[in-house]
Amino acid sequence: MLYALLIYETPDDFARRDSRVESDAYAGAWRAYHRALLDAGIFVGGKPLDAPETATTVRLRESKTEIQDGPYSNTKEQLGGFTLLELPSLDAALEWAARCPAAAYGVVEVRPIAVEMEPRVTVANSN
Amino acid sequence: MQTRTDEPAHRAVEAVARESYGRLVALLAARTRDVAGAEDALADALVAALTTWPRDGIPKNPQGWLLTAARNRLLDHARHQQVHELSTPTLKLMTREFDETADPDRWPDERLKLLFVCAHPAIDPNIHTPLMLQTVLGLDAVAIGRALLVAPKTIGQRLVRAKTKIRQARIAFEIPTADQIPERLEAVLNAIYAAYGNSWEDASGAGQRITELGQEAIWLARVLREQIPNDPEVRGLLALMLYCEARRPARRGAGGRFVPLSEQDPKDWRMPMIEEAEGELTSAFQMQRPGRYQIEAAIQSVHAERAHTGRTDAAAIAAFYDQLMQLAPSIGGAVARAAAHAEVRGPEAGLTLLDQIDSQAVISYQPYWAVRAHFLRQLGRPDAAADAYDRAIGLSDDPAVRTFLTEHRNSLTPQ
Repeated sequence: MLYALLIYETPDDFARRDSRVESDAYAGAWRAYHRALLDAGIFVGGKPLDAPETATTVRLRESKTEIQDGPYSNTKEQLGGFTLLELPSLDAALEWAARCPAAAYGVVEVRPIAVEMEPRVTVANSN
Repeated sequence: MQTRTDEPAHRAVEAVARESYGRLVALLAARTRDVAGAEDALADALVAALTTWPRDGIPKNPQGWLLTAARNRLLDHARHQQVHELSTPTLKLMTREFDETADPDRWPDERLKLLFVCAHPAIDPNIHTPLMLQTVLGLDAVAIGRALLVAPKTIGQRLVRAKTKIRQARIAFEIPTADQIPERLEAVLNAIYAAYGNSWEDASGAGQRITELGQEAIWLARVLREQIPNDPEVRGLLALMLYCEARRPARRGAGGRFVPLSEQDPKDWRMPMIEEAEGELTSAFQMQRPGRYQIEAAIQSVHAERAHTGRTDAAAIAAFYDQLMQLAPSIGGAVARAAAHAEVRGPEAGLTLLDQIDSQAVISYQPYWAVRAHFLRQLGRPDAAADAYDRAIGLSDDPAVRTFLTEHRNSLTPQ
């Protein structure tokens, strides 16, 4: 089963990435976690996202494209990255979510990949 | 929100629910074997109490009131539904039994039967602990999910399935016969210990989740000990949890810092709890039937002696771990045994023991990497130690432990 861990962080957390004092601890915890995912052989993919200020949202309404500066949601916690894991059960996913550094300061949302939907919305690789 | 005047009555409902939930569910379900039905009836009775007690006053016998109210719901429901599984003679018997048990002091304590039902071999072992927490203690799926790190919805579904199984398979509400007790009791003890948190004895696993259910697990063990005073493992488990619970205040230092056992100040330990544990363990040993929980308690007892002697008898601890691994081998035990032997014979010996553990089994086992890092650091191998620290940090789910390990990693001196 594939599970996505969606990592939500506060503005303070995003700021910590750039703080010289704190960024080592922040990056160290994440590097260690990533390493644990690799060692366990469950890491399928994932990336950190740049700060929400860099986001731009796009909507097409009545044939007009609306471009807006900033992220879509107005919440304090913003999506800061995602990880895709291959795991046997939701329980296992929750265990790995608890180990995620963001669980201690932000929020980690665990979402199963929509297995039934996937073949209907994807095409086979042609090469 | 409740109005102020309602508060005493609400507190009374809460208190009696907390104290008597398991007893009431057990009494209600003993004959029907329908745990879910009993819980529903009790829930209805509790809701009724919340409206009636503030208006009419708290009854003299709150438990009796709830039992009567729940019983009436149950009988009404049974009659309405014409439940096939429930014969008329059973209904009559139930009514009579209920009438005879109006006085709570004369109720048989059915909680023990309920514990054995929850840990019955016909029920998936993974659900033993949640089932006990819900039916005996009345915890809801959200609280159980939080403590055991399982999604509440999943827990809810599994609980429903287990209760259906109890009813449909007609699992008997009875105390197992003497020859069945050892086998069946083990499942009960394991479920209680799982509620407490298995990882406690691990070298650095300080899991916050453990704290949530500690008191409840100890309470269940006390119920068990009252009912089966002659089983040494029951007392061993109770002693083990009391020793660990006694050290809880010492596990966190200023600002929530993680404090490992070896650095804890015994002045922060709760001595009355340790004394109670000593008493339980002594009685257990006198029965001369050693077991896993007695040995684990004995290990904690050696640690507790530091409060009196100022030192830790590392050789005694190592010997107990050897015994434990022969009796009940586990990965956690093997890692702790390596740590214990390193205290006696040095980090090299500890590392050798760690290397004997199946490497596949420890890939995601945090304590193994924390202990390994500690050995490598002592052996003056900073690069390998840093690597092991990283793995331990990546596997920690407690921020305080993560901070503790990170500080140790960062203080490694390069070769």
